[in-house]
Amino acid sequence: MALLHTVNKSPYQCNTLESCLEHVGEGDVVLLIEDGVYAAVKGGKAAEMIARAQGVKICALSADVKARGLADKLVDGVEVVDYGGFVDLVTETDKTQAWL
Amino acid sequence: MSEVKNFLYVNRKAPHGTIYALESLEVVLIGAAFEQDVALAFLDDGVFQLVKGWDTSELGVKNFQPAYTALGDYDISKIYVERESLEERGLSEDDLLELTYEDEDDDWAEKSSIRIVSREEMAQIMRDADVILSF
Repeated sequence: MALLHTVNKSPYQCNTLESCLEHVGEGDVVLLIEDGVYAAVKGGKAAEMIARAQGVKICALSADVKARGLADKLVDGVEVVDYGGFVDLVTETDKTQAWL
Repeated sequence: MSEVKNFLYVNRKAPHGTIYALESLEVVLIGAAFEQDVALAFLDDGVFQLVKGWDTSELGVKNFQPAYTALGDYDISKIYVERESLEERGLSEDDLLELTYEDEDDDWAEKSSIRIVSREEMAQIMRDADVILSF
């Protein structure tokens, strides 16, 4: 039973990413969207949290990454997906938990 | 009412997730027309507003980043960016927009408006302002 977790808030403004990562399980996918993509910036404190998440795929939405000027700043291991990829993740997983 | 006050606009929000960044920029540009002494502060997630290279085409919203480069044309020459906020987010001055102004006291030489300051200095900048507007 794989879950898709979406995180749309900056990890530096509230604890949604932290809470999300404490609830993920093996095989789950975390998709960073909107201000959630700031978690994937290389060298940031939040990127360390992401690096500690074992057995979980971390993705970031391309449109939100590019809009914020982060395309060449992402930490290794984060997969960038477009809107079509977002839809694929929804269909590949059993259900979605949105960490608003 | 000709007394000039110094206004500090404090920016603490990332650019696209909320409307604060755009609203702040609009208020700054309007306020600058009233010939007050204006300075901008960027701390916490506000530093993300100055990260260069926005491409909002996929997102389908207007790219308002070029408006920041117009600040110099409005004689806004003091843009304070907090070092600790940058470092916590994996950023450095090299990641930021190049914002400049022309110094009328130095034969209109083009100079950088961005001043990287410590958290302690930022606290003092807030204390020294006559008026603070928070975004």
